[in-house]
Amino acid sequence: MKIHLTSVFVDDQAKAERFYTEILGFVKKHDVPVGEKDRWLTVVSPDEPDGTELLLEPAGHPAVKTYQDALVEDGIPLAQFAVDDVKAEYERMRGLGVRFTQEPLEMGPVTTAVFDDTCGNLIQIATTPQ
Amino acid sequence: MLAYCGVVADDLFKALADPTRRTILDELAEKSGQTLFEICSRLSMKHQLGISRQAVSQHLAVLEAAGLVETRREGRYKFHDLNTAPLRQIAERWLVPDTSGPGKSAP
Repeated sequence: MKIHLTSVFVDDQAKAERFYTEILGFVKKHDVPVGEKDRWLTVVSPDEPDGTELLLEPAGHPAVKTYQDALVEDGIPLAQFAVDDVKAEYERMRGLGVRFTQEPLEMGPVTTAVFDDTCGNLIQIATTPQ
Repeated sequence: MLAYCGVVADDLFKALADPTRRTILDELAEKSGQTLFEICSRLSMKHQLGISRQAVSQHLAVLEAAGLVETRREGRYKFHDLNTAPLRQIAERWLVPDTSGPGKSAP
């Protein structure tokens, strides 16, 4: 079994597409219309074009906002992305206006930071121990 | 007024009596303005404390009741700040009068 796709709920797919490609640097993999206004919209890392896809899923269900708000209030991230240098990414993204709820924090072999994806979620970036 | 001070002091001493709560204060002293998630991360990753998020929330409620931690909302986020002002009550309660003032020269 493999994890080939995972998802985050986004309040606006067009905005999410811009944030996840222009700010985070992912590339669009699939973009297929579903129903009247929704899309099957996935992105992948440019380093792993055949790697795990991230589905930017419309947050249409009424339960989603309650769930997202509760997690965001407590600072809990929904997904984790690996980066080479958390501090460098933090500086780069902050320069682009991204809001961090947790600044880079070194904890033993791991450094993490948490930011707002502007689509309803907090996301963690982390360096993995070499 | 005295009774009121007593209640405040009880909350304060109770809050300080627990080592996990003192560790939370240590971490907030290092950096103010942390989310619940960051506090939990620091306790588990830096201090190897196997403690649930619910338990951390309860510790924070005790610290907040004692006035040592304050919460602040910023949009959708909630941050925790350290407030050391209540600790002054402890220092002032057993303050030893300064006897080395002018007019009293040492023998």
